[in-house]
Amino acid sequence: MTSVIPPSSGLEDLPPGTEPGALPPPAAGRRTGWRAVLPAWTPKLAVGLGLVVVIALFGLLGPVFAGDPATIRNIGLTGPSGDHWLGTTQTGQDVLDQLTHATRGSLQIGLLVGVMATALSALFGVIGGYAGGIVDEAFSLFSNVMLVIPGLPLVIVISGFVPADQRGSWTIALVLALTGWAAAARVLRAQTLSLRNRDYVAAARVAGEKPWRVICVEILPNLLPVLASQFVFSVIAAILSEAGLSFLGLGASNSSTLGTMLYFAQNGFALQREAWWWFVPPGLIIAAFGCGLALINLSLDEIINPRLRRPGRGRAARALSGSSRKDAVRSTAV
Amino acid sequence: MTTLEVRDLVKEFTLRSGLRRTRLRAVHRVGFTLVPGRTVALVGASGSGKSTVARMIARLEKPTSGTIAAVGPDGARIEDRHYRDHVQMVFQDPFASLNPFHSIEHHLARPLVLHGRAKGREQVRDRAAQLLERVNLPAGLMDRRPHELSGGQRQRVAIARALAPGAQVIVADEPVSMLDVSSRLGVLNLLARLQREDDLAVLYITHDLATARHFSDSIVVMNRGRIVERGPADDVILDPRHPYTKTLAAAAPDPELRGRLRSADPGPEASSDRDHLTYDHDAGRWVDIDADAQAAVTAA
Repeated sequence: MTSVIPPSSGLEDLPPGTEPGALPPPAAGRRTGWRAVLPAWTPKLAVGLGLVVVIALFGLLGPVFAGDPATIRNIGLTGPSGDHWLGTTQTGQDVLDQLTHATRGSLQIGLLVGVMATALSALFGVIGGYAGGIVDEAFSLFSNVMLVIPGLPLVIVISGFVPADQRGSWTIALVLALTGWAAAARVLRAQTLSLRNRDYVAAARVAGEKPWRVICVEILPNLLPVLASQFVFSVIAAILSEAGLSFLGLGASNSSTLGTMLYFAQNGFALQREAWWWFVPPGLIIAAFGCGLALINLSLDEIINPRLRRPGRGRAARALSGSSRKDAVRSTAV
Repeated sequence: MTTLEVRDLVKEFTLRSGLRRTRLRAVHRVGFTLVPGRTVALVGASGSGKSTVARMIARLEKPTSGTIAAVGPDGARIEDRHYRDHVQMVFQDPFASLNPFHSIEHHLARPLVLHGRAKGREQVRDRAAQLLERVNLPAGLMDRRPHELSGGQRQRVAIARALAPGAQVIVADEPVSMLDVSSRLGVLNLLARLQREDDLAVLYITHDLATARHFSDSIVVMNRGRIVERGPADDVILDPRHPYTKTLAAAAPDPELRGRLRSADPGPEASSDRDHLTYDHDAGRWVDIDADAQAAVTAA
């Protein structure tokens, strides 16, 4: 009609750099690639990481310096002293020595379960969500079934069936992973369903990428924060449920974990005899480790959920928060 | 040079609500031809099926029936596995069509490698830099990530990505509707220049009649999945025949008549007896696609 654009100003193809809002100057320390998926450095994250690192180092290096935790002495149930910093058990074993080995055992199981459960949930959640159709129906039915089965009773039944002599830490880890992946799979599926309809996935398909490459290269990196948070969550859950199982006497038979320590403390009537040095340290370590991981998880949440995010990330970015806020809103609006 | 022939394209979606299934015909017997060096604008309101046509041409959706064939310069149909070397798409939203995780280089390098246009890291970087240069972006942008670019820059990258496989047919699905008004013309003129240089066949999908006329040679108007009018750009816009096209043309604001409506308010879209007909400006007559198909069937 008559509202044809006049062939005057702006019609020319603009040379590079003259476009409005042209290239911003390369900011020092801009976040590219992997750095962008890392959480911002906050006090929350620092405390969480600090707790986790200290406990991990304790479990990793402690057993090297500690004595044999099984050594029996004839000084049963003595309180903390210069020789035994955390006192002794009923049979005169050093609690600190036991604590180092138990921490290592718990961390091992937590890590194993975390890796296995995350892998399982990624398999069922991401593939189901991307493939859609009958595969998705089957996978989500399966994970829903796993989700409604009450976890701890099932774990107790399964561990009860496995003979005690075959009940190694691998078996326990497997059982915990098999019962603990379903919730994460549902979260990942939901996230994948939203990602697979993004234009950049369609663009990758138009470019001719194979489905597995679309999943691994285009979708998975954008799921990393979710995956990391699910991993951290499943580590917490695994350490807690392993402690529960061991406390019930259904844990791994050949390993010592924080749960078995509590189990022996309970059997030795530590509570009744007010031997707090026996049951408080393992409980405290479980609580502190869970707290540390939860704090890390909260920091990861800020990546996943942009509403929790501050306008600028890091101290340098905070100075130009005006422009980056607009950017953040834009990138989340799509 | 590649020509894209679209014949009798039909797309039906199955809608499920509970146990009941209904079928929605999103695209009904759409056909057109894209010729090298020429632009066809596909105009229609939201929901008229124009994006579905684009997605079928890009092979993101399977047509329910009908054919989409890329024909090479020798007149032979291009095989399916080479189809994507020839036909590429530019998406509407430049903020969604680039993966926020990857650098600009990744977006250009992948199609180059996948379509065998470059081998080895050095060559791929060289070709990617050339592509950026062609869309008026500095090669230094390669290591940036999409969120560091403006909308216009992103859309240029998306255009470069579509060119990377050496495509001869470009489907541009509302390429400027999400951009600032200030960068729209830049992107449109870039497309026009690339088209001149490479003799590209372009399908320009839009709901904006003004840019459709400015940018394209012929216009195809779609309404509710059907083509209601087709012909040279000026004819369709200056002499609209179908009631829907008339409504569409009257809806465009006219700067000369500020504050007043160009025509009387057309009111709710009048359903006329011509709803199922197509006005063909080239033939200069009304065409009934369904009747023609039936006639063809009875003749055969």
